[in-house]
Amino acid sequence: MIEIKDLQKSYQMGSNSLHVLKGINFNVKEGELVSIMGSSGSGKSTLLNIIGMLDEADQGSYTLDGVPIKNLNEKIAANYRNKFLGFIFQSFNLINYKTALDNVAMPLYYQGVKRKERAEKSMHYLEKVGLADWSHHLPSELSGGQKQRVAIARALASDPKVLLADEPTGALDTKTSYEVMDLIQGINDEGKTILVVTHEDDIAQMTKRIVHLKDGLIIDDSKVEQVRASVHV
Amino acid sequence: MFSRDRWDEILQALTANKFRTFLTAFGVFWGITILVLLLALTNGLKNGVTSSFGNFATNSMFMWTQGTSKEYKGLPKGRFFNFKLHDVATLKREIPQLKYVSPRLQLGGFQGANNVTRGTKTGAYQVNGDYPEYIFQQPIDILQGRFLSYSDIEAKRKICVIGTDVINGLYDKGEDPLGTYIKVNGVNFLVIGTFKASNSRDQEEDANTIFIPFTTFGQAFNSGDNVGWMALTAEDEVSITTLKPKIMELLKASHKIHPEDDRAIGNFDLSEAFGRVNGLFAILSLVGYFVGALVLMSGIIGISNIMLIVVKERTKEIGVRRALGATPWSIKSQVLQESLLLTIISGMVGISFAAFVIFIMNYILDSNGPVENFANPSVSMSVIFIALFILVVSGLLAGLIPANSATKMKPVDALRTE
Repeated sequence: MIEIKDLQKSYQMGSNSLHVLKGINFNVKEGELVSIMGSSGSGKSTLLNIIGMLDEADQGSYTLDGVPIKNLNEKIAANYRNKFLGFIFQSFNLINYKTALDNVAMPLYYQGVKRKERAEKSMHYLEKVGLADWSHHLPSELSGGQKQRVAIARALASDPKVLLADEPTGALDTKTSYEVMDLIQGINDEGKTILVVTHEDDIAQMTKRIVHLKDGLIIDDSKVEQVRASVHV
Repeated sequence: MFSRDRWDEILQALTANKFRTFLTAFGVFWGITILVLLLALTNGLKNGVTSSFGNFATNSMFMWTQGTSKEYKGLPKGRFFNFKLHDVATLKREIPQLKYVSPRLQLGGFQGANNVTRGTKTGAYQVNGDYPEYIFQQPIDILQGRFLSYSDIEAKRKICVIGTDVINGLYDKGEDPLGTYIKVNGVNFLVIGTFKASNSRDQEEDANTIFIPFTTFGQAFNSGDNVGWMALTAEDEVSITTLKPKIMELLKASHKIHPEDDRAIGNFDLSEAFGRVNGLFAILSLVGYFVGALVLMSGIIGISNIMLIVVKERTKEIGVRRALGATPWSIKSQVLQESLLLTIISGMVGISFAAFVIFIMNYILDSNGPVENFANPSVSMSVIFIALFILVVSGLLAGLIPANSATKMKPVDALRTE
């Protein structure tokens, strides 16, 4: 699903150049649930941003579902993001003046899906994350866990090939974190490919494979015995 | 582009901070109100001033004789002469573009002295010897009876048409003037009509006037076929000013005046004067547009400013939208449409408000009677369309910079802002 070869990225910080990714080789197959770990500054967010086409690599190749991702202009990148990817952020990033339902419907809106169909689909995904009763609430009326579940529903709405979660539990307490991970595991069980960036070990243990990054290089990439989040709930 | 979803998006964004939206809109509202009001007031001033021209046909000029100032063909300078009736015939024949040529004679008026009596009543009035077409050059409202006709001219009938002030001065209240006689300089005239000056530059003078047939005047008051002065009106498609040299040439030739003697014939070119006033008001409305547009511009800058702040505030939201698949154009067009909608709606309200103020002004003017040099402030539909056009253009301009700044940032940076 994701093939990355010799990916390099550096940032220009004044006169110094900061080499963040120093040649990443990394493949993800369909249906995998991968966590990317590393201390801050290890380059894990940069890697995720490049995979998410929010940022561009300096060197190396990146292929997503057989489509080479390079030299994208913003319009094509936006289309690819919309079709291929679903984002889950640490700070939820819901649009605060839109109801839960409207937030979930956003990717569909940008896909040009008709109003009625959009509402139906969004409602379906809200039901999936267990928030059907909250569909007409604004984000400010939801708890953190609920917000993240709305965000997950939003990421799922466009039926993307890969879900990218950047510290999905970073702003949540342990119990809520496990609930969110339970949901993510459930989605993975249905066959969706998911990448999770985290620095919490217990969260990483709930995925099927852990990739350790340090100073812009992968130092460890191993399959793990998945801990079901439902055990803790 | 303007789907219902987009409307929802825009309305949601605009109503998210109602008070700010209102204040922003107020700038444009105020600008367009000022613009429309300025133009309406200019128009009111113009209406007021041009109505002081009366409704005298504006493509007209008046001509009279003065002394010659150059010797010519053995004739001395300082010679006085009169236009004659055959000059009128010559002008009409030689210059077909002239619509009306009215020779006129006058008695009384500025020459003073009581000249009209009826029984024991007496008064000083202006007595005009005129041709029937004069009524087309200086429209008057006939209240009773009729105006002069060509058969009056040919038969030299001693008849007259009198103004309302003449009736007030010579008749008792309720008396019917038609069929009665008045005595002008000792000659009896039968009253065949009464008139009221219609919306004229000098209603008082006109109401003091007695019209009698030109030929009767010449015979009764011994002026022969002399013409006191002439009122000439050109056809609508020709300016009287362009005909003037030819008219002068003809008259100079027939009266043995040196071709370069510009002082011998006096004239007042109404169309030129009217043109000057029109030019003045063209400049005034230009000033109105200019000042109004400047005021409007500060409103536009306000919108632009707020949109910049809104875009700044929503940097993260824009980042999220782009992560979810919004193309840069869809972000840009939304910002543009927000500013356009804000401008147009506030502009429409401004135009309506200005129209309301104009209505109030007209209402007050109507109920308090006419004011000098000011009448019927109004704007035409074309001004409204121009104002709307300005609004659309400026709404787009206002949104342009914020729209560009909305997509300038890379999505990854936009997402990182707090």
